[in-house]
Amino acid sequence: MSELIDPVAGIGAETASARLDRPRSLWSDARRDLCRNPVFVVSALVILFLVFVSLWPAAIASGSPLACDLAKSRQGPGPGHPFGYDGQGCDVYTRTVYGARTSVTVGVCATLGVALLGSVLGGLAGFFGGAGDAVLSRITDVFFAIPVVLGGLVLLSVVTSDTVWPVIGFMVLLGWPQISRIARGSVVTVQQNDYVQAARALGASHSRILLRHIAPNAVAPVIVVATIALGTYIALEATLSYLGVGLKPPSVSWGIDISAASPYVRTAPHALLWPSGALAVTVLAFIMLGDAVRDALDPKLR
Amino acid sequence: MGRHVVRRLFQMVPVFVGATLLIFLMVNVMGDPVAGLCGERQCDAATTARLREEFGLDQPVWRQYLTYLGNVLTGDFGTAFDGRPVTELMATAFPVTVRLTVVAILFEVVVGITLGVVTGLRRGRPVDTGVLVLTLVVVSVPTFVTGLLLQLLLGVEWGWIRPSVSSEAGFGELIVPGLVLASVSLAYVTRLTRTSLAENRSSDHVRTALAKGLPRRRIVTRHLLRNSLIPVVTFIGTDIGALMGGAIVTERIFNIHGVGYQLYQGILRQNTQTVVGFVTVLVLVFLAANLLVDLLYAVLDPRIRHV
Amino acid sequence: MRGVTRARWAVCAAATALVAAGCGNEVSGGGAGGAVLTSSWGDPQNPLEPANTNEVQGGKVLDMIFRNLKRYDPRTGEAKNMLAERIETSDSQHFTVTLKDGWTFSNGEKVTARSFVDAWNYGANLTNNQKNAYFFSYIDGYDRVHPDGGGKQSADTLTGLRIVDDRTFTVRLSQKFSAFPDTLGYPAFAPLPRAFFDDHDAWLKKPVGNGPYGIESYTKGAEMVLRAWDGYPGKDKARNDGVTLKVYTDTNTAYTDLLAGNLDLADDIPAAQLANVRGDLGDRYLNTPAGIIQTLAFPFYDKDWNKKDSVKVRQGLSRAIDRERITETIFQKTRTPATDWTSPVLGEEGGYKKGLCGEWCEYDAAAARKLIAEGGGLPGGQVRITYNADTGSHRLWVDAVCNSVNKALGNDRACVGNPVGTFADFRNQTTRQKVQGPFRTGWQMDYPLSQNFLQPLYYTNASSNDGKWSNKDFDRLVDRANAETDTAKAVGLFQQAEEIVRDQMAAIPLWYQNGSAGWSERLSDVTLNPFSVPVYDEIKVG
Repeated sequence: MSELIDPVAGIGAETASARLDRPRSLWSDARRDLCRNPVFVVSALVILFLVFVSLWPAAIASGSPLACDLAKSRQGPGPGHPFGYDGQGCDVYTRTVYGARTSVTVGVCATLGVALLGSVLGGLAGFFGGAGDAVLSRITDVFFAIPVVLGGLVLLSVVTSDTVWPVIGFMVLLGWPQISRIARGSVVTVQQNDYVQAARALGASHSRILLRHIAPNAVAPVIVVATIALGTYIALEATLSYLGVGLKPPSVSWGIDISAASPYVRTAPHALLWPSGALAVTVLAFIMLGDAVRDALDPKLR
Repeated sequence: MGRHVVRRLFQMVPVFVGATLLIFLMVNVMGDPVAGLCGERQCDAATTARLREEFGLDQPVWRQYLTYLGNVLTGDFGTAFDGRPVTELMATAFPVTVRLTVVAILFEVVVGITLGVVTGLRRGRPVDTGVLVLTLVVVSVPTFVTGLLLQLLLGVEWGWIRPSVSSEAGFGELIVPGLVLASVSLAYVTRLTRTSLAENRSSDHVRTALAKGLPRRRIVTRHLLRNSLIPVVTFIGTDIGALMGGAIVTERIFNIHGVGYQLYQGILRQNTQTVVGFVTVLVLVFLAANLLVDLLYAVLDPRIRHV
Repeated sequence: MRGVTRARWAVCAAATALVAAGCGNEVSGGGAGGAVLTSSWGDPQNPLEPANTNEVQGGKVLDMIFRNLKRYDPRTGEAKNMLAERIETSDSQHFTVTLKDGWTFSNGEKVTARSFVDAWNYGANLTNNQKNAYFFSYIDGYDRVHPDGGGKQSADTLTGLRIVDDRTFTVRLSQKFSAFPDTLGYPAFAPLPRAFFDDHDAWLKKPVGNGPYGIESYTKGAEMVLRAWDGYPGKDKARNDGVTLKVYTDTNTAYTDLLAGNLDLADDIPAAQLANVRGDLGDRYLNTPAGIIQTLAFPFYDKDWNKKDSVKVRQGLSRAIDRERITETIFQKTRTPATDWTSPVLGEEGGYKKGLCGEWCEYDAAAARKLIAEGGGLPGGQVRITYNADTGSHRLWVDAVCNSVNKALGNDRACVGNPVGTFADFRNQTTRQKVQGPFRTGWQMDYPLSQNFLQPLYYTNASSNDGKWSNKDFDRLVDRANAETDTAKAVGLFQQAEEIVRDQMAAIPLWYQNGSAGWSERLSDVTLNPFSVPVYDEIKVG
């Protein structure tokens, strides 16, 4: 499949070529743009808050997310328990706060893994071309062809670990081809540019060309897609929990709570509302951040 | 053009083999399916051995795979544990899922592109912001929550639809499930169209058309949309396979007996033959859709010629 | 296409509106009129052969299309003669079965002694891969028809079965088993028509039996349409015109469909909906005891769980579980806290003994802490309760049990659930002794005898003794009880055996499971039998 196949790569590639005739660096432009963009500021603040909560959940929630009393099952909000209790009698507020850590960890680590693996493989394939490129393209096709939810059901159903790593590993395993394709397309386009040809003519080494000239100019579309993907990974964790193959107890995550609360939506809607609200706001923040970054990196849209 | 198609078809072979091998290994990792066949009881050793032999589970994995691949090439997809040939399962499941996918894609095309055009032409206006927020909300709520809520509201509280889909699964019944299935992609299509449109608006050929004083409608449909649709078509093309295989959640909620249902059952019962068979067909669909998209490029953008 | 879609949708919407408004009671179904009801179903796991069906969903159908020598009374569970005129024995080892006259299969073929003997031989024969083959293992000659442990099969028929005439056959067992006649209501012992053997594939597509219903059409994986058989000779003739079984992937959807008026009868109501059920259905809801008990088994093959004082840890865990609260809150009383290891459906004479467990099944946090401390603490400082997450509402109760244990022990991480993705994998791990820590065991009785609640689960190396508990005294008592011809004495011996299970806390009894069902306004006289299967033949429509 040609690089044309990927819409985002196409957009990114145009970005890369369009920015070259500007004297100021794209990045400084983008930074100034972003700071003035209210969407970016708001989503960045939300994300900062999330990071804070993930690191120090005890700062805003005093109880333990695992302290549950069935006697309080499905009770509504009360003093000291603003969000009420879920079906197991756990405090929804505390669980929502502690759930942030797991959900953000899953989102961030999966995205980092996918972005690193995908851009290294895709970038190298795009740069060197040839047989390696063809093989990699076919491999990405193989992974693309397998539905993600299906892969999760099969692979995660055998996992016994109760940590977040198997879930993250699975997301990286099935997610990297997306980034790889984009990175490849981007590198192929950037490679055509005069300054790369010039560096080559001057006898620069492969690694120097790749790292100094191509990487900085080809990375924009990867960043954009990665931020959007981050949100979808957090939502995917919830879906996996719904299918019974997500994170295992005693992990506390929004996905676990949402899937546990969704059958009870008629009797205890509050137990569903808060974790899904938190999840939606988080996903929203990351997607809007990605969007703002895309706009800032795309001079045409100014 | 012809050579291009042939080359592409040829490239499908390794992808096909790779994808089936991958899924075969994945299902194999799940372990021994025979253990689950006797309920809360341990199957007796003799029966276990016979069942393992019958399903070919006593062979090493590589031989199982080769045998399987050989059978598939002759059209034999094996037998599920309940004694039904997998091809029979496919014959009942695929038509249903194809209908569901068609509904979902119609939603993507009609609603997604319309919203995308509207927002793309009115960037920054209230309409744009409104749709933006709406699509983002849709993306950020997991499908099973959307599905369960719609089922409860439309099916039980308001009585507008049947909460489950009958075994005939006509188009009419699949509207809401199709919408749920399409929802995430719908948002994606809208945003893709919007971005693409906004980019093309400032391109030379559109400016020229504007300068010539062509009517606005003509500019939008003939000049702007046609070029902006390339990434959208690409996305929808790759989405067909994902929709068909990704309907596990939607089909479960609305009790649709399609591909997602069979896959889910197959996985729960660790039925290698069913899972691998269905995924094999999905892989073929995915490859065909991709090829089709590539050929569509040439139609949408005459500059692209496949050699 | 869009026009068509829209028009259809309008029709569909209008139709749904009518149903919702209560104007039309033509609830969907096969389209055939009359008193036909729709009922929720799950796709049977195995082909619908009697000796190959070991789960409730397949059993539902077999219960409608077959009648055996005996039938368990839908209310009392007592094994009553159905096709059998009498089953006689003098030594609990040799039985003579005489059939009633006048029974036929729905295709007209007479039910004879041969129908039974052929069917049982088929079920026992190793070459037929029947998963319930071991039900025939008491019959003489089983080891030659179905050699276990690698031997070669040397016979095709059981030597213990002999046809005397059209209506009589004899059974010789390889050991004494006084309750043998009472096991004959189990679906595996059903008679089979010649059509089953002559054209097996055709029979599987559309099974033919001798029960009150005949199968009209069967779309595998989607639905089965059953019609009342007019020529049915039994007294339990169907009081409706037929049943359409609809396959649901998710019991939750079935319940939603019931609420929306698309389904007449939903059994197995999901735990999450139980809190709404009274408000949604009012009196159209049933919650009756069934022969199902949930326990926590232990890995006795793991020496951490099989130390001298481990019994105290097991007892302590048992006392840390607040059964009362969990059955009330999570299950809305569709489970009853267990006080023995059998089931109330057996009745006092059948071997159920309320309170046999005594204080060991009563919640007491302080006693639990003390016992566990005396027993050397939890192995590894934490118990992991293994269960399969794909079916049932296991996650709900395991989480609740763990929360209860954690609260009692004052440690947030004393107990955690360990979900396994699929039932198949769960069975894999339990049968291969890979589970570390207690695991879920759900036992649904095959026939209402206390023997069935004890022997398969706790006898040394029994088929469902996954924890590999073993106790010589227990085994001896069970052997004696099986040989005992006097029923009351046998029950007494089984109870003695059960006391050993208690003293060793071989497994923690959790609760007795009830069957639950909800139905639409069209139906009346809905009941569930002790196997939690709706008694379809008694349901009236309209």
